[in-house]
Amino acid sequence: MTGAVVDLREEELPAGSAAPVALAVRGASRVFPTPRGPVHALAGVDLSVAHGEFVAVVGASGCGKSTLLNLVADLDRATSGTVERADRVSLMFQDATLLPWLSARSNVELALRLRGVARAERRLEAERLLALVRLHGAADRHPHELSGGMRQRVALARCLAQGTRIVAMDEPLGALDAMTRDHLHDEIERIASEQRLTILFVTHNMREAVRLADRVVLMAHGRIIHEQVVGLPRPRVMDSAEVATRAADLTARLRSSEGAA
Amino acid sequence: MSTVLTPVVEVPAPARPGAGLPGRAWAWAWPKLLAIGLVLAVWEALVWTGWRPEYVLPGPATVLAALAEMLGTPKFWQAVATTLTRAVIGFAVALVVGTLVGILVARIRPLRLAVGALITGLQTMPSISWFPLAILLFGLNERAIMFVVVLGAAPSIANGVISGIDHVPPAFTRLGRVLGAGPLAQYRFITLPAALPAYVAGLTQGWAFAWRSLMAGELLVIIAGRPSLGANLEFARQFSQADRLLATMLVVLVIGMVVDGVFAAASRRIRRRWGLSEA
Repeated sequence: MTGAVVDLREEELPAGSAAPVALAVRGASRVFPTPRGPVHALAGVDLSVAHGEFVAVVGASGCGKSTLLNLVADLDRATSGTVERADRVSLMFQDATLLPWLSARSNVELALRLRGVARAERRLEAERLLALVRLHGAADRHPHELSGGMRQRVALARCLAQGTRIVAMDEPLGALDAMTRDHLHDEIERIASEQRLTILFVTHNMREAVRLADRVVLMAHGRIIHEQVVGLPRPRVMDSAEVATRAADLTARLRSSEGAA
Repeated sequence: MSTVLTPVVEVPAPARPGAGLPGRAWAWAWPKLLAIGLVLAVWEALVWTGWRPEYVLPGPATVLAALAEMLGTPKFWQAVATTLTRAVIGFAVALVVGTLVGILVARIRPLRLAVGALITGLQTMPSISWFPLAILLFGLNERAIMFVVVLGAAPSIANGVISGIDHVPPAFTRLGRVLGAGPLAQYRFITLPAALPAYVAGLTQGWAFAWRSLMAGELLVIIAGRPSLGANLEFARQFSQADRLLATMLVVLVIGMVVDGVFAAASRRIRRRWGLSEA
């Protein structure tokens, strides 16, 4: 079967059994036809993410990480191979992509509405989610009245409003200043553990990956070249020696294989 | 009787920010007052030179007196009512037609290839050139006027819709898909609201064309026993009442500006809401 999406919900294992799979990408390739011949954006990627696991995908631009994310979020189909997901996948973009004509609350409510949540519940649920990302005071502001960090908080609340615990994040903090980013690392970590989210987090910042993830996946030229369980105790600090050392080690690996190909 | 109006030469400094409401109102008003003063002064000066006799080109004071007298007659208000009714109905029909055509053309590719260029063509075509045909088709009556008003306004409105839909940022469309919006929900919650600024721009232009077409129509299609602003212009010319002619023109100008101001305010509100403009 080519590019098929298999619903894992029915086969979900009973609670308590060893880490059931939330996302499984098997032998996925994606070829884009161009006038100058086919481009292999993904060349046979295998990746599985367990329920509640936080996986970071790191690679240079053009390594296929965004293509992988699009496949996982069902925005694109694999040329060959399969993507299986236990639930729908919500996606968080690099720029928050809030609708400028809606308030923060309405942006979150729209996600609820499109999911079929009844009107009476929408408002309360949006309040709850905005409180979860610590933004309940700014619910009535429009996106242009929010800072970059606040916008990403709204985007995170909207992600959660989609009613799925599997979240794909496409460099969500790439455009933020260092201090705002550090705050959001703490928030994402807290919310991921409180809500038991499964996260596939794409970034080009190795330290960020080590700071946040349970497992780091390195990609180059459309392939996964290395995977590593981080294993450092939490909470981690991005500027700590352990994080820096691990990130430097992983970066060296990525560099060597990028050069090799 | 003509009084000499001197231009306002004293130019006050613009209000400092935070000077309060009177200060801001003054900052907003003085350039306009100055402009009006200058226009009146040039007009008066032109009358003074005796370039044309006063019964052909009366001065501002004469015209304003005629305007004041006109405003006191029920016949004038009847004319305004007829003209505004036509404008509102014509614009409303153009709104519905233009919006529907715009959505269909933006959505259906073959239709766009077929009539997309035609809509722009119609938009550039002076609507007054439709009148001979309209009069042949419908006779000298309301329907001929409506026909031309709608044809004048609808293409601009349709083009506003089309360009609005064309320029929806792809990121918003992608977001709609991520949020699980079907084609209809995508349209309702993403595409149409995103197209709103261009739509309002189309409406503004559509109104300008509707108003022009209506004046042309009222000059050409004069219906007995139904006074209108256009008919008043024509009668004032025929009876050589230059003061009434100019007074009526002022009314036409002011109505056009007031309605345009409403659209401009709507557009400003949207821009402010979206964070596209300051203040």
